[in-house]
Amino acid sequence: MSFNIEELGRWDDKIRELVARYGLNCYPQEFEVCDHNEMLGYMAYTGMPSHYPHWSYGKSYERQKTMYDYGVSGLPYEMVINSNPCLAYLMRDNSLLLQVLTISHVYGHNDFFANNFTFTSGTDAKHVLEMFKNAANRVASYHEDPSIGIDEVEDVVDHAHAISYQRSRNLAIQKLSDEELRKRAWERAQPSADPWRDIHPTPEYVAPDFTKTPAEPVEDLLLFIARYNPYLPEWKRDILQIVDQQTQYFMPQMETKIMNEGWASYWHHKILNELRLPQDMHLELLVRHNQVLRPHPGGLNPYHLGFVMWHDIERRWNEGDTGREWTDDSPKVDVSTLDENDTPGRRKIFEVRESDRDQSFLRRFLTRELMDELHLFQHERRGKERVVTKVSNEEGWKDVRDTLIKSVGTGSIPVIKVEDADFGRNRTLYLKHYHDGRDLQLEYADHTLRHVARLWEREVVLETSINGKGSLLKVVGDSLKIERL
Amino acid sequence: MSTIFRPYTPTSQRSDRSARDRMRHRQKIKDSIRDNIGDILAEESIIGRDKDKIIKVPIRSVKEYRFIYGENSPGAAQGDGNQKPGDVVEQGNQDGQGQGQGAGSQAGVDAFETDITLEELIAIMFDDLELPELERKALKSVLSEDARKRKGHRKAGIRPRLDKRATARNRIRRKLSVKGSRGVDVEGEEQRFPFHDDDMSYFHIAPTTKEASNAVVFCIMDTSGSMGTVKKYLARSFYFLLYQFVRQKYANVEVVFIAHHTEAKEVPETDFFHKVESGGTYISSGYRKALDIINDRYHPSLWNIYAFHCSDGDNFYSDNERALQAAEELCKVCNLFGYGEIKPSGSAYYSGSMLEVFGQIQAQNFHMITIEKKEDLWEGFRSFLMKDRGSGVSAHGKVFGNSEGAAAAAP
Repeated sequence: MSFNIEELGRWDDKIRELVARYGLNCYPQEFEVCDHNEMLGYMAYTGMPSHYPHWSYGKSYERQKTMYDYGVSGLPYEMVINSNPCLAYLMRDNSLLLQVLTISHVYGHNDFFANNFTFTSGTDAKHVLEMFKNAANRVASYHEDPSIGIDEVEDVVDHAHAISYQRSRNLAIQKLSDEELRKRAWERAQPSADPWRDIHPTPEYVAPDFTKTPAEPVEDLLLFIARYNPYLPEWKRDILQIVDQQTQYFMPQMETKIMNEGWASYWHHKILNELRLPQDMHLELLVRHNQVLRPHPGGLNPYHLGFVMWHDIERRWNEGDTGREWTDDSPKVDVSTLDENDTPGRRKIFEVRESDRDQSFLRRFLTRELMDELHLFQHERRGKERVVTKVSNEEGWKDVRDTLIKSVGTGSIPVIKVEDADFGRNRTLYLKHYHDGRDLQLEYADHTLRHVARLWEREVVLETSINGKGSLLKVVGDSLKIERL
Repeated sequence: MSTIFRPYTPTSQRSDRSARDRMRHRQKIKDSIRDNIGDILAEESIIGRDKDKIIKVPIRSVKEYRFIYGENSPGAAQGDGNQKPGDVVEQGNQDGQGQGQGAGSQAGVDAFETDITLEELIAIMFDDLELPELERKALKSVLSEDARKRKGHRKAGIRPRLDKRATARNRIRRKLSVKGSRGVDVEGEEQRFPFHDDDMSYFHIAPTTKEASNAVVFCIMDTSGSMGTVKKYLARSFYFLLYQFVRQKYANVEVVFIAHHTEAKEVPETDFFHKVESGGTYISSGYRKALDIINDRYHPSLWNIYAFHCSDGDNFYSDNERALQAAEELCKVCNLFGYGEIKPSGSAYYSGSMLEVFGQIQAQNFHMITIEKKEDLWEGFRSFLMKDRGSGVSAHGKVFGNSEGAAAAAP
């Protein structure tokens, strides 16, 4: 180990001084020093100090370890948990510079966790660790229960994992109770106030259907099944809720990957440049910083994209170049006379870190110029190959951007909702895929439907569109049946 | 409020939290391989002599399925500025979505297929088979021909076996003794002290006896017209299992293929599985042939003999008596002798059966199974090996143990 705890503490003091000066608003921070084996362990369990057991985490561990052992991929420098106090791990074999870099980077994440709306509205940072611990204990107790046992528990977790992402994504949107939904349906059915109703034909009154379950299509599959399958024993219901709750915790991370990593990189860059490192450490910084933030041609490095975008936003607002669509009417100011923390650019990025998620971030702030600079392009499958279909030029850039928006965060998860819990009056669960031009992968849909059926304990059908044709997927015996609608 | 740094505690003081989940995962892989073993067997040549041959095993049950987008979803990626519409960014058909799916965390497409060597596959197959008595059977001591060992020294021998160190030592010893007894100054420059014949020492090489573990597998198969492709495929899979199993246990394993209809002959593997003969069936002919070959080449005192016969049970009635007799003789020389009746998809109802005839065999090392479909293979094989334990009926219920068969056959 090339450093000791006191040394880290001294660096941390300096870093925190800067953090405070820049106005980052963090949770208290805790660091735990671990070795690479523990790091692999934490990675397999999504960083959580305690987590319910399931074979898939063993699989994840084996895969990470194999990749690490064969040098395919290194370990991340940092692993940080959205909790209050914020918990992060430092790998003991890393150099001092990497530790300092990681600490600075972690404060960036910490600030983001504490302020971004996806996190503040959707997660309860104070009780995250307890929540995971508590769930782990409950699942362990089902393992040990002689009337349940590990095999049955793992089966249920398998089914639950299959549809865990099939839930509402934007946690800031409040969920309405059944009563409120019914009220809304009734209100909608009423004729709207029409000043010209004398000359308009009276629209026919259609009574809202109050008997239908769900009243409106529901995205939360796990919670829906837990609530509406009356035959589920209490422990299965509990597992479904646990899996859903933990997925909810990870939703904001998925939703803000680019912003979050970009934000943390922006700040570690700023802080480390301000620290006046000795020359050898500074040279290492240049190397490491570039490793983390280099573009990945043929892919997309969220660290790089986010970092570039935050800088671009700051620059544009400082220069008064706030874009045609997002004009800012405040008078132009001479930035050089202002305190660095009080420039319009800096104020803007602090505002955006609170109010946006990746999809809106890209839509609002990824400009054509920046896309040009990054050489973003869109690719599609043609036969066996993937082919470039659009590049960011005059006519293509918006399409490329929209494709990017669709594929980040939860955009890569199909939207599937429960339409009817009693389809055909025989408790068939009717699911509908809200098609946006992208078809489902049928092999996966087939098996996932089986998982749903095991939880629902009745037939499950899925409406989707395949090659432009409306289709109904049904699992019959061993095969998937596709009916044209 | 100050930041807390928790120092490193060595791993040995912590428990390995993922140990159990890793074990569960491995168990899943094994189960998955076992479930697919029927399919895997169909692909392999029965004599998979190449231990390192790599087999691709699709592992279905450890895939984590979710709803994901398919092939027609576009992706966005960063380029180097040279991309034009129409450029190919990814060749070939990669499983699942390729790279360049854009940023963000893909829900994770895992095309999980594992490559294992044949050796590993077999190990997994037999891992928890809980092998019966077989392992306890004493291996036979055989004077093996090629294994030799140095054993002591001799005064005479051939040049290549000269032990130079011992020879030089002998000479020095003699020199010193000459000097001591006669007082002759042998150190003088002019005095030579050459090697003498008595100094010479040669290694002696003796042949050793070794615990030889020889085994021979007799694959006897009915190749009469009634044995169709499906039946042969099932038979072949069974032989594969048997061969692999025996190979696990013995160092030196040979395989003999005997094809019979009304006459039997020894054939190479390819003919065994691909040639279809026509005509009727004398099962006894196959057994006689096996007995002859055992007499000629594989004496039971030197070889562990495993014989298995696959047939669809259609035998000429007049041959039954002779077949029974020959089978009993085989039982006497074999470690295990089995008869598998292959009746795919309900053909049991209209064709003959040898089960009743062979049911009369009393020998403990005889075993009968019926194979109707792929899934029966493993169960049948298990019960075949379990024979020594005296548990004739497996949980599967398709297997007719000797004692039960005898009871059924008794009037």
